[in-house]
Amino acid sequence: MIERTVTIRNKAGMHTRPAAALVKTAAKFKAEFTIKKDAFEINGKSIIGVMTLAAEKGSSLILRFDGPDEELAAAAVVDLIERGFDEE
Amino acid sequence: MDDTTLPTDEIIIKGIAAAPGIATGPAYLYTKQVPRVEPKPIAPGDVDAEIERLNAANARSEKELRKILAFAEQKLGSESATIFEAQVMILTDGILMGTIKKRIADELLNAEYVVSTEINKYRQMMLASPDEYMHERARDVDDVMNRIIRNIRDQKLYSKLEGASIIVSETLAPADTVIFSRNQVLGYATDLGGVTSHAALLSRSLKIPAVVGLHTATKLIKTGDLLAIDGYAGALIVNPSAETLRILQARADRFFAFEQQLAGIAALPADTLDKKHIELSSNIEFAEEIDFARLQGSEGIGLFRTEMQLVGRADYPGEDEQAELYTKVAEASFPHPVIFRTFDVGGDKLAPDGQHEENPFLGWRGIRVMLDRTDIFLDQLRAILRASTHRNVRVMFPMISTVGEVLKAKSLLKQAMEELKMRGVKFDSRLKVGVMIEVPAAAMMAEQLAAETHFLSIGTNDLTQYVMAVDRGNDAVASLFQPFHPAVVRMLRSIVEAAHRKNNWVGVCGEMAGDPLATVFLVGIGVDELSVIPPVLPEIKKIIRSIKLKDARRVADKVCALHTEAEIRAFLSSIIKNKVPEIPFEL
Repeated sequence: MIERTVTIRNKAGMHTRPAAALVKTAAKFKAEFTIKKDAFEINGKSIIGVMTLAAEKGSSLILRFDGPDEELAAAAVVDLIERGFDEE
Repeated sequence: MDDTTLPTDEIIIKGIAAAPGIATGPAYLYTKQVPRVEPKPIAPGDVDAEIERLNAANARSEKELRKILAFAEQKLGSESATIFEAQVMILTDGILMGTIKKRIADELLNAEYVVSTEINKYRQMMLASPDEYMHERARDVDDVMNRIIRNIRDQKLYSKLEGASIIVSETLAPADTVIFSRNQVLGYATDLGGVTSHAALLSRSLKIPAVVGLHTATKLIKTGDLLAIDGYAGALIVNPSAETLRILQARADRFFAFEQQLAGIAALPADTLDKKHIELSSNIEFAEEIDFARLQGSEGIGLFRTEMQLVGRADYPGEDEQAELYTKVAEASFPHPVIFRTFDVGGDKLAPDGQHEENPFLGWRGIRVMLDRTDIFLDQLRAILRASTHRNVRVMFPMISTVGEVLKAKSLLKQAMEELKMRGVKFDSRLKVGVMIEVPAAAMMAEQLAAETHFLSIGTNDLTQYVMAVDRGNDAVASLFQPFHPAVVRMLRSIVEAAHRKNNWVGVCGEMAGDPLATVFLVGIGVDELSVIPPVLPEIKKIIRSIKLKDARRVADKVCALHTEAEIRAFLSSIIKNKVPEIPFEL
């Protein structure tokens, strides 16, 4: 299991479009993926869960990956978030 | 009680006329509320069958949603369609569906109940957020949940709509409006919504009468009730009496005759009998409306509401995306001018990053937001400039209350021009700049604002609301919302006079511009441009072509001398009846 801490950078936060992009990226990997924000933890492969996070710009998330391709999964997801979901 | 003394149990519900036309027919009550979902135990041997019901329901729901998604992409653009895509993703959310199926098997409960409780967990969390954006998402989640439950119960959404009906609903999504229209829909009546809602807009283009803002229609009406819908007067009549039906039919005939008579007017100029030209243009929100506006004889776009791009999304569109839209609009409208109003967010229009305010109408809205969010404002100004190469683009700032705001906005416009110049992008460097006059402070300073701009455009709805200190949405005081109040009409005249002293032209783009009762007065005080919703263009033009400017001036003098709104309305109504007797409107 590996853990990463990331900060949401895009100005609109984790609204519907980034949430969809995140879930689609995570789905490419076998590793289980959970997101923790404050005291709240959801499955990162579940769109409804990620939508519920309400992660605004500047919020800090703890990402946990667990599985054979956890390194690759972590790299892809962290990269997506750090690119600000390719939004302006 | 003797039944014969009761002429009828007719009920008249007043709303807002959203799409013209008159129709009578049975009601079809369309509610999105799902009946109570109760837990029902299932036998262990039925688990597989129950899960199969859920799978089938999901597949049907996905099919329905994909149709809506395709429509939304085509009609609203891929950005606004994202929300339907997210709804499809919820349906195919393996984690969510896995949990639901596991619970059905473990708890031996019916699929509807497990779907409802499981999805509601997320919905409750979204509703607990202070963020309005999350509340919107909770409604989306609710929509998906109801769709699945309805499909588990194998109910066809529109199966009850047999034969021609008037749809009565709390609110209608664009997709509903279109799906219904494939059936025999005679009219739309909704509790919520305004003339600018998507549903209202679509019913106008589908030529189906619609009345919105009826508040209680869904509570008073049952499926099968006989209804008459009056999309001219904005009324819905339940159990109309024979007499009412006769009056409505007569009115429908008169409107039909009048429309026939107006058929050729689109090609004629909006000139008074003594040859004063009034620029008659349209208020629109989507590029798709331009064709209809042209057909109706519009001379251009007097108000393009750019904030409609923000509906259903959480961020502001970037410069390129906006430039593409504005260029499309400017080209479609050429050679006539287009006035792009910069984002008018706040108030009743939610900004993507809108904060909750105690008094939104007195708060952070219109230009106030844009001057604080200069990055967003500059993106928009550059996008508008990029669309201006044909020199038919104008820009207008909403909710101006001080000269200082205009100076700031203009300096940002200059900055946007400099930035484009650096990038080697072409634009109209003499682009005309105007401001909306909708705040009393701006009305009092109209001459000074005119000195800084090329044109003024009066937003009569907000101006009336601020002058009368009344929220038109508040039923307790709505009767004080009087656009023809002497205080308002005198203010309108003083704005026009002030602007003309500085050689500015003045337009009216509020609802009053499209009210036939106001036309003679507005021409009389010297208004240069009237910008109206496209359906009423021919009627307003007919009035302009039936009067003389010198008579209209006398009417305006008389109006400004009267003391109450009732007197002014009665006087203007007598003028219309006298000058344009063929106008079939009821006063």
